[in-house]
Amino acid sequence: MSSAQVRPSTESGADSIRESSSFAAHLKTLAHTIPLRSRYENFIGGKWVAPQKGGYFDNISPTTGQVICKIARSQAEDIERAVDAAHAAAGAWGRTAVAERARVLNRVADRIEQYLPFLAAVETYDNGKPIRETNLADLPLTVDHFRYFASCVRAQEGSLGELDDDTVAYHFHEPLGVVGQIIPWNFPILMAAWKLAPALAAGNAVVIKPAEQTPMSLLVLAELVQDILPPGVLNIVNGFGLEAGKPLASNPRIAKIAFTGETTTGRLIMQYASENIIPVTLELGGKSPNIFFADVMRDDDEFVDKALEGFAMFALNQGEVCTCPSRALVQKSIYERFMERAVKRVETIRQGDPYEMSTQIGAQASNDQFEKILSYIDIGKKEGAKVLTGGTATKLPGDLAGGYYIKPTVFEGHNKMRVFQEEIFGPVVSVTVFDTPEQALEIANDTLYGLGAGIWTRDLNTAYRFGRGIQAGRVWTNCYHAYPAHAAFGGYKKSGIGRETHKMMLDHYQQTKNMLVSYGTKALGFF
Amino acid sequence: MNNVITMDPGRVSVSPAARKLIEELRSAHGEIMFHLSGGCCDGSAPMCFQVGEFKLGGVDEKVGEIAGCEFWMDREQFRRWAHTKWMVDVVPGRGASFSLEAPLNKRFLIRSSLCAVPAATPP
Repeated sequence: MSSAQVRPSTESGADSIRESSSFAAHLKTLAHTIPLRSRYENFIGGKWVAPQKGGYFDNISPTTGQVICKIARSQAEDIERAVDAAHAAAGAWGRTAVAERARVLNRVADRIEQYLPFLAAVETYDNGKPIRETNLADLPLTVDHFRYFASCVRAQEGSLGELDDDTVAYHFHEPLGVVGQIIPWNFPILMAAWKLAPALAAGNAVVIKPAEQTPMSLLVLAELVQDILPPGVLNIVNGFGLEAGKPLASNPRIAKIAFTGETTTGRLIMQYASENIIPVTLELGGKSPNIFFADVMRDDDEFVDKALEGFAMFALNQGEVCTCPSRALVQKSIYERFMERAVKRVETIRQGDPYEMSTQIGAQASNDQFEKILSYIDIGKKEGAKVLTGGTATKLPGDLAGGYYIKPTVFEGHNKMRVFQEEIFGPVVSVTVFDTPEQALEIANDTLYGLGAGIWTRDLNTAYRFGRGIQAGRVWTNCYHAYPAHAAFGGYKKSGIGRETHKMMLDHYQQTKNMLVSYGTKALGFF
Repeated sequence: MNNVITMDPGRVSVSPAARKLIEELRSAHGEIMFHLSGGCCDGSAPMCFQVGEFKLGGVDEKVGEIAGCEFWMDREQFRRWAHTKWMVDVVPGRGASFSLEAPLNKRFLIRSSLCAVPAATPP
C-alpha cells in the first residue's frame, strides 16, 4: 500500500471520470495511501461484490462538479445478499468475547489513524468539506469513537437483583443480531462511525447504506480495514433510497433500523419499521438557537472572542450540520456592538480550495443542496430579512469553478420568517434580538425541532436555568459544535427519536435478557 | 383522510420542467404524490412517492395539487410556511432520499414567493 493514483478506467462510461488536480497534488504529499478505484462494488461478507443487476451510478466530487468514480446501484437482491452475509456472521460475532471485539475495534481505530490524512483527503474529495476539518475533526473523532466503544463494552456489566432468599433476577445484555443503518452525506465517515462503533461493540452485524451523494469514503475505509473485521460483520451496500434503502429499512430480517436525514423519510423509515415491529433511531435535524446574553460583553477579554467564534460556527462544515446554530438570538443592550464584531468575524472566514489547510469553508455537498440554499437566501430577502453579509454564491478559479460554493451569510430578521424556521443546511445564520431571558426562551423554543442549542453567558445561574428550559437534546453552554464520544446526542420534538454517541448507545443496540431463577425446591402450592 | 384545510388552488404551482418530470415519473410508476419534508440534509424539499407508499396521517394537510398530483405537508410546518406560495421546480442533483426522481439525477426543489408579510413578534 504505497503510492496513490486513480486506477486507469476500463469500464464502459468510466472514461468520463476526471480526477481533480488539487486532489492529486494533495495525495502526493501523503505517506500512507492506497490506490483509489474508478469503480466501487458493494462490500458484502468481506468481499467486493458486483450489484446483481450490474448497474452503477456516477459519484460526483462537489469540489469540482466532476465524476470521480462509479458506485454500485444496488437493488433488493443485493440487500438480501448483504443481510444473508450479516446473518451468517452475527451469531459468532455476538458470542465473541468482549475483549476480542474490543481488540478488533481498537485495531480498526489504529488502521484509520495510520491512514488518517489519506482518509481525510478522500472525505474532502467525496463531500467537499475543507481538508482542515476532515484532518482535525471528522477522522480523529472517528478514531476516538471506535476506541471509546471498545472501552465501553469491556466495562459493561449486566445486573442481578436478589428478589428474595431463593430468587434472583439476572439481566444480560444480548446483541440485537443484524441491524440496518442509513447514513447521511454531511459527515459520511463520522456518521457511519457513530452508528457502527456501538453496534459492532455490542455484538451486532451491520448492513449499512451510505448516502448516494457521498458513497465513496466509507468504501475506501472498508478496503483499509477488511483484513481486520470478520467477514459479514460489516456489509456496505450502495444505491438509491427506494431501490436500496427501502429493501433495507423494511427488511423482515433486521432487528433495528437507524437513520439520519429529514422528517418525511424519517416517517417513512418508522412506517417500514412498524411493519416489522422493530426499534428505530432517528436523527432528523433542527433549527438550533445560539443565544448571546448581554454579560458576554461585560469585559473585552478572550471569552468575548470565544463567543464571537461561537457565533461564526454556523459556517462550520458549510452549515451542513444537523445542529448548525442557524438562529442567533442576541440581547438588545449589546445587539449593535456584538453584531458589528460578529459580522466582521464572519467576513474573515476563508473560503477556497478545500485541499488548502488554511481554507475554512469548502463546497456544499451537491448541486441540489447548492440550489436549495440559494432558494432560501432568495425567500429570506423576499420576506424582508436584511443581508448583513454574504447572500451570494462564490466562483472559485481553475478546476474548482464547477464546484458548489456559497458565501457565509448573515440575515437579520425575526423568528416568524421561514429562514428562522427551516433548516437551510447551508452557511446561513438568521439573527434576531431579545430583551428578557423569558423572551429568549420563548423564541428559542418556537420551532418544530429540538436538536441543539447554544448559550453564552458569564452567569452560571442564567446558564443553568436557561439550559434546562430549552427543549433540545444538546445544550452547548459557552461552547458549540463539540462532539465528544462521551456525551449523548439526539433530539427533542421533531428532531428525532433516540440518542447517538455516549455509552448508553450500547444499550440501544442490545436486547435485555432477564433470567428469573428460583433456587428454591418447594412447590408454591397453587395447584 | 378528511382534513379541513385552507386550500388555496394557487398556493403550489409547478415549473414546466417539473411538470415534464412528473409526467415521466407517472408513466414509470403510476399515480404519484408529494409530501414536503422538513429537517436536516434533504429536508425542506418535496418528496415524491407512489400513492400509498407514504402513509398520510391526521397531522398532514393537503395544500394543493400540481400536474394532477396531491401535495401534502405536516400541518404545523404548513403554519410556518403559510405566508408564502411555492413553485415546484427541478434541478440537476440527486439528494439522498426515497424520492422517486433521485435515480434520474434530478431533484425537486421549492422556489418560494411571498403572499403575505410574516407578522413579527416585537422584542
